[in-house]
Amino acid sequence: MGRKLLTEHIKVEGIDTFDVYRKHGGYRSVEKALKTMTPDEVVEEVKKSGLRGRGGAGFPTGMKWSFLAKPEGVPRYLVCNADESEPGTFKDRELMTRLPHLLIEGMITSSYALGANTSYIYIRGELLYVLRILEKAIAEAYANGFLGKNILGSGYNLDLHVHPGGGAYICGEETALLESLEGKRGNPRNKPPFPAVQGLYARPTVVNNVESIAAVVPIVNDGGDEYAKIGVGRSTGTKLISACGHLNKPGIYEIELGVPVEEFIYSDEYCGGIWKGRDLKAVVAGGSSVPILPKELILKTAAGEDRLMTYESLSDGGFVTGTMLGSGGFIAMDETTCIVRNTWNFSRFYHHESCGQCSPCREGTGWLEKVLHRLEHGHGSMHDIDLIVSVAKQIEGNTICPLGEAAAWPVAAAVRHFRHEFEWHVTNPKEATAPGAVYRAAGVLA
Amino acid sequence: MEPTTAPAKPQFSPAAQAEIKRLIAHYPEDRSKSALLPILHIAQAEFGGWVSPEVQDLVAETLGLRPIEVYEVSTFYTMFNLKPVGKHVLEICRTGPCMLRGSDELTQHLERITGAKVGETSPDGNFTLKEVECLAACGFAPVVQVREKYYENLDTNEAVDGMLNELRSLVHRPILPWEETGLPNSLKNN
Repeated sequence: MGRKLLTEHIKVEGIDTFDVYRKHGGYRSVEKALKTMTPDEVVEEVKKSGLRGRGGAGFPTGMKWSFLAKPEGVPRYLVCNADESEPGTFKDRELMTRLPHLLIEGMITSSYALGANTSYIYIRGELLYVLRILEKAIAEAYANGFLGKNILGSGYNLDLHVHPGGGAYICGEETALLESLEGKRGNPRNKPPFPAVQGLYARPTVVNNVESIAAVVPIVNDGGDEYAKIGVGRSTGTKLISACGHLNKPGIYEIELGVPVEEFIYSDEYCGGIWKGRDLKAVVAGGSSVPILPKELILKTAAGEDRLMTYESLSDGGFVTGTMLGSGGFIAMDETTCIVRNTWNFSRFYHHESCGQCSPCREGTGWLEKVLHRLEHGHGSMHDIDLIVSVAKQIEGNTICPLGEAAAWPVAAAVRHFRHEFEWHVTNPKEATAPGAVYRAAGVLA
Repeated sequence: MEPTTAPAKPQFSPAAQAEIKRLIAHYPEDRSKSALLPILHIAQAEFGGWVSPEVQDLVAETLGLRPIEVYEVSTFYTMFNLKPVGKHVLEICRTGPCMLRGSDELTQHLERITGAKVGETSPDGNFTLKEVECLAACGFAPVVQVREKYYENLDTNEAVDGMLNELRSLVHRPILPWEETGLPNSLKNN
């Protein structure tokens, strides 16, 4: 069993209340930081830990923090990105519902490190029920002197608020999130200036994912060096993996980075193998935006080495034979899955979620959806297969925010690894569109 | 001829007004526009599950915004219904992970038993069907959101009937969003 730094107490009765959480060592990091450490020392521990952004980009959190501009007399903000919407990702919801005080503790310790006196948790609007849980926990933290004025007599003040979105994937992009928090449409901003210089209300701002903020708690408690001992190479610590699709045991698993992918899929400690005794066909390992890999390449690298659940191992081989750890949204597909249908589904998602600001994305995602729709429905041509690859290429790198890449990569990867399946849809349209040729659920609703 | 009375202008209930005041205080004084999304959620819950132009004007007035500042936001975010809806809006997740576990079949099933197509309201006015993108509960697919509640693992007739019966038994009244509602099964207990 791997160590659990975030979820060790997740099954304890009443752990969502202040008293029980405190009894299990909760809020120690706040005491330690505010009473014995300077803000810079906290930043230093996070740097030493090697923690990388858990929202998907994997950018070192300590480095992000050190970019924060600190002009005299100007307020700065910490904003927690709880806009979890990357298909396949459902870890933050679990963490916030069951361990709301872990996130709040992380927010206090992190806000102290950054010198923020007002912080926000931006949560996706669909999760209003989680927002209420967080608000209740925040009220408890205020009542116990961990939020508000002069926290623990340290002279440090912090107010913490939760803010709901309104249903828009794009608001997971940090500058779109800030626009949304200001009461506007979620259109990503052009960069520079980066949020570290001009973020919320044009003030210096750090935006971090829920899981990254939560990880600050064990990092401060045990020291960055201890945290960095877990994992492999530059993939330090533990990571929440949300596993879904055709698995026997879909769910949320906290793993030590470095677990072999094969073990993660098949061992009973984790996903328990593929459902219905079927064979694995493909995996999207880090949320819908990352390249899909066929079974052979997700279990072993092109060089024949075991693929590990680390940032480096999953991206081994670049996009030719590799993928990304991303957000940890792990989608497994069994042998009955139609890759064309799945790719079309994802393209429809990106088209729906494009904010419409940049022409290559606004128009390109529409074309991807349209052409994939006709391929899936038996009206496509061989030329269409090259067309989607070409459209994807023309979106990539030509947009303000990474939604362009997120829309392009899954299409390019699907054609790269499953071209024969696309061609089969063109040459055998009748068969390909017949019932049963695409994935059907268990039939329980038939 | 007698002048016809103009329809009554919508007004927030005292409870909603108090909540709005609390929310506006979360943001710097000159930044109350930040409260727009939270207040749109309240407005939608107060006024029958959708935000009419009149309701959006009320939101604008409440925050001291120009109406266009509200319209451009309400049309951007998919949670806000811009047309009247039935008693319960079933928001069916249709994205990849849900599709892998039967969301297409679930949608067809719901269409069959409610008598409404996606985008429509059932003849009895009970259910409006709406397809949405990823609800971030992929491990418990397929998933439907109704107001503040997620219904998960809807891959059996029993589960679907359970959801619909629970919804039918709810007394029809505006539910303010800050009222407690049940958690989805996957998040209950331990």
